[in-house]
Amino acid sequence: MTVSPMLDRRFREAAAAAGLLDVAYDLTDSPIGTLLVATTDRGVCRISFDPEPDRMTEELARAFGARVLRAAGPVEPVRRQLDEYFDGRRKQFELAVDLRPSAPCSRDVLRRLARVPHGEVTTYGALARAAGRPQAARAVGTVMNRNPIPIVLPCHRVIGANGSLVGYGGGLERKERLLKLEGALDNTLL
Amino acid sequence: MAALHPPPFEKFYEEHRAAVLGELRRLLGVQAAEDAYQETFLRALRGYDSLRHADNLHAWALTIARRVAADQHRRRDAEPEAPEPSIDTRPAYAELGELAGTLPRKERAAVVLRYGYDLSYAAIGAALGSSEQAARQAASAGVRRLRRRLGGADQQRSGRLSRPPTDKTRRMQ
Repeated sequence: MTVSPMLDRRFREAAAAAGLLDVAYDLTDSPIGTLLVATTDRGVCRISFDPEPDRMTEELARAFGARVLRAAGPVEPVRRQLDEYFDGRRKQFELAVDLRPSAPCSRDVLRRLARVPHGEVTTYGALARAAGRPQAARAVGTVMNRNPIPIVLPCHRVIGANGSLVGYGGGLERKERLLKLEGALDNTLL
Repeated sequence: MAALHPPPFEKFYEEHRAAVLGELRRLLGVQAAEDAYQETFLRALRGYDSLRHADNLHAWALTIARRVAADQHRRRDAEPEAPEPSIDTRPAYAELGELAGTLPRKERAAVVLRYGYDLSYAAIGAALGSSEQAARQAASAGVRRLRRRLGGADQQRSGRLSRPPTDKTRRMQ
């Protein structure tokens, strides 16, 4: 018995509207590939590159609860702001984030990261100092690597003290694309 | 071995939605199955948190579907008659629901399910919690009672239901 797309969508949206979901997620296209975007009732909780939905729903269920369902409605505001960002029409995201699964010290660093403005870069060491842990540059690197909400929490704006891009959870190529998009890299140097 | 945790709801939903819709169509007909489908999975979501393990999720999903179908029948029986709209755009089951509104509960349900929803007697029996034979008897008793009550000139002319045959009621004759 095939469930029609309309019937399917109606249920997914009803479930979200009824507030019965721990996590709503959807896939969205972007210039740096398909993204999986997930939200809870508190805000955006996950953005994933090269998503494998089965693995992601397991991960989200472990972190937030088993009621994980693909539903476009709750994700729509995030999708819209991402589109605007990639179109160059948005310099700052106005989105609540849900960082509950992150350790408190990681959360501090990620909140600090959120303040690094569009078009600028900082370094792992500077971010460690800003977070009040000047010795923790390497730990900050780990937090960036595990950033659950890349792009919105701009870990691509964190580079090495010598100016090298160092690394990126979504691959260095994407980091470069994002920084170029923001005009933070001199294109001729790359 | 018992699976430890229920899977993400998305996985549960994808695995069981076809079987649930099939069961609901069997019990309620294509039209009513759509509403019941929403209700079934919304109820499943409400109960999903309290699941302790992932055993028999298929049976669990179908159990909810059957309860929803049974509730739909109960609700349909309890619904007060709606005021008549000026233009009759109602589907057959709505017209029949009013026509059969004064029948005893079981007869009414059997008549409406049989002639309004085109359900088989087996499905009607399942929905009413009785046998196929009992469902057939209830439907035919209901039709007889309607004929007696509606009476009048039409009945004398046709010897059948008093209303002139329309698309909606022709199948009853």
